[in-house]
Amino acid sequence: MEVFSEKLGVFWDGYLGTLQMSLLAAIGALILGGVVAVLRIAPLPPLRGVGTAYVTIFRNVPLTVVMFFTAFALPLLGSNAGFLKIPGLTSVIKPLGTDLPFFRFATIALTVYTAAFVCEALRSGIGAVPPGQAEAARSLGLTFGQNLRHIVLPQAWKYAVVPLGSVIIAMIKNSALAAAFGVIVTLMGVVDELVSQEYYDALPVFLGVVVGYLTMTIPLGLALDAVERSQKKAVRR
Amino acid sequence: MSSVLYDSPGPRTKAMTIIGSVVAVPLIGLAVYLWIYRPLADAGQFKGELWGPIVDPNNQYFSLVWERWGDGWLNTLKAAVLSIIASLLLGSLIALVRRELRELRHRRFPGSPFGGFGRFGVLVGRGLTRAWVEIARGTPVVTTLYFVFLVLPIWGIDFDDRMWFLVIGLTIYNSVVIGEIIRSGMDGLPQGQDEAARAVGLSTWQSSRIVMFPQAFRVMLPALISQVVVILKDTSLGGVIISYEEALGVTKQMVEAFRGEHLAIGIPMYFSIGVIYIVVNYALSKLAAYLQKRLSRRGFKPIDKPATALVAEASAGAGGAGSL
Amino acid sequence: MRLTRIAAVALAAALAFGAAACGGSDDDKSSSKFAAGSTMEKLAKAGKIKVGTKFDQPLFGLKGLDGKPAGFDVEIAKILAKELGIDADKIEWVESTSKVREDYIQQDKVDLVVATYTINDTRKEKVSFAGPYFIAGQDILVKKDDTSIAGPETFRAGDKKVCSVTGSTPAKNIEQYLKDKNTQLVLFDVYSKCLDALNAGQVDALTTDNVILSGYASKEPDKYKVLGQPFTREPYGIGVKKDDKVFRDWINDVLEAAFKDGRYKAAWDASIKDLIKVPDALSIQRY
Repeated sequence: MEVFSEKLGVFWDGYLGTLQMSLLAAIGALILGGVVAVLRIAPLPPLRGVGTAYVTIFRNVPLTVVMFFTAFALPLLGSNAGFLKIPGLTSVIKPLGTDLPFFRFATIALTVYTAAFVCEALRSGIGAVPPGQAEAARSLGLTFGQNLRHIVLPQAWKYAVVPLGSVIIAMIKNSALAAAFGVIVTLMGVVDELVSQEYYDALPVFLGVVVGYLTMTIPLGLALDAVERSQKKAVRR
Repeated sequence: MSSVLYDSPGPRTKAMTIIGSVVAVPLIGLAVYLWIYRPLADAGQFKGELWGPIVDPNNQYFSLVWERWGDGWLNTLKAAVLSIIASLLLGSLIALVRRELRELRHRRFPGSPFGGFGRFGVLVGRGLTRAWVEIARGTPVVTTLYFVFLVLPIWGIDFDDRMWFLVIGLTIYNSVVIGEIIRSGMDGLPQGQDEAARAVGLSTWQSSRIVMFPQAFRVMLPALISQVVVILKDTSLGGVIISYEEALGVTKQMVEAFRGEHLAIGIPMYFSIGVIYIVVNYALSKLAAYLQKRLSRRGFKPIDKPATALVAEASAGAGGAGSL
Repeated sequence: MRLTRIAAVALAAALAFGAAACGGSDDDKSSSKFAAGSTMEKLAKAGKIKVGTKFDQPLFGLKGLDGKPAGFDVEIAKILAKELGIDADKIEWVESTSKVREDYIQQDKVDLVVATYTINDTRKEKVSFAGPYFIAGQDILVKKDDTSIAGPETFRAGDKKVCSVTGSTPAKNIEQYLKDKNTQLVLFDVYSKCLDALNAGQVDALTTDNVILSGYASKEPDKYKVLGQPFTREPYGIGVKKDDKVFRDWINDVLEAAFKDGRYKAAWDASIKDLIKVPDALSIQRY
């Protein structure tokens, strides 16, 4: 157990790394997933096709493969993901601004992968809005865009919040894979550093890492449970 | 659903769609050529020597590559099937036990001097199962798998075949997720089912097992099958973390071996294995859709997937925080 | 016709008997060769051995496209097995990554480990080492035309980036030369990813043991070069169960004999070849 007194800093850095990546990827995935969801229900068939293809690809491919491509194919396309060096943000989230692009690559992979699931969650939310709502809006003469913006999406959001939360929880856990793609400061990287490199006992290190992930996933899960329960109650009434 | 959002396209929209497509296709083609094909070609990624081992049957490596992939997929399937069976059995048990414990919550133990003790036991049981569920599904599968591989042997639980570590790791996570799927399936059934079963004299346990569970299982079949896709994708974690030789694991090994022959074949190999995964998983999810359709025709209305099903579907898939 | 069939059966029986007789005499030989109760006797009797090696280490233990491991570590293990009367195809290769090597030895998952296994005191607390059979040193590989990196000291300035493999000794060693590991160090699970990153210009150097680097540089001499100034000393040993002194001493004897009679050189030629000159002497550490 001396690992906690001696190496608390390593745990903390890893925790912070995972938290930062999850935060960025969550924001990115919500935006991108929203766009894909709109594509999937768009009136124009080609746009729907693009949305469907996106979801089909990223739902069925393992995340490792996606991470491999962002880490090793993007550079061949001449990109170091420099567009993520957002001024201001880089001073808060340090790994985002370094010359080493792997944090950015892994974040992109996580975003792109999760967006497919965000899209599906949003779509299920949209599907849950009573059709009468959209029909009423159309009979008032609202266009597709207006209908979505003012009528459907604000209600869909309510139904989608629970599945969306679940997707985000899964995403936090998925960020563990980044450790295999050049991102050294993540919670999972702590195991590699302390167990394989510094010969600490595996058990306490795992304990620390698991607790680290649980502090992120369990509160979110409990919050979702509460939302779900209150929604069910509202429905019953 | 989408149809209520807009009118079915009239002649003008149809025309515009066609014109738009005609304009967009070459534009997208040009963009792909300029920003994806050209840089990759400049980097030599389309050279025959890189793709030959995968697509050219006359290549000296062709049969070796596909043989290893064949072995890899066989190992993937073996681990996946075992994990699925174990997760279903254990998951069903978890669902039944958690339901039983919830029912026992209201039970008094009159006349028994250990009544207080019994209620305490139920409380502890509920707490423990709940904690187990939260921990097992709140921890990344990567971490669970790694833990199982490194720590179980220290505790004297050991296997010669690494597959069992993968099966145990996947089962710990997926049994809990499946348990929650089945449990919410039972909760979602009409209350009358349970009440009728109780009225004819079945105990809670019997009612759960004989009446509720079979219906919940069928109702949740689509969700369960998506979970099967997840398990199949998650077996690929075994390749990187515990060096189990499944499909992605052998791919990684082969990429290293080709490096030994100085061929940087990573991108073609991962691209191909990615395509194979997409095809296999897509076929599985089509099967799920087909089953769902057949079942609803027979009067089983699938109810909403629980939130946990989506958690599970978004689950990692493959990869690994592995290392040397 | 009938006669020939009988003859064939007789011939087959004779062959089978002959083979059995041969096996029998082998058994006799081995049981007399090794002390009763020793690990050698046990292995020789079983006729098979479990060898822990790496599957992703070029030149030492790399699983080839045919699915068979190859390299110097593998050759050394074959010499040892042969000496026990075990054929190469009776060796069970167990992939032993850096993080599990000690555990595998302690848990009897392997009988010995030959896996670019640096002898050091921390490890000696858990396992014992025969050898060393090879002395490596950590070095740095850079692009051919790069003159800006002179040695590990260059990394102190903080602008050069270096790649290595997760959880490895080289990764730990290089950390002390870095100004900020968060901006300078990248770790992957395999070396090929480091090479990809080097090619794409995301890192400036790859560091690990010199012989592995030489392997990459020799294959693409117009692309990479090795600095050629090792800054650590990594004696590779053969890991066995802690305090199995008899087994350890026996391995050392075999290594010395193999070095003298040319089997060591043959193993070298089959894997490392002329990347590095064969050493003049083996400095086995007996303890």
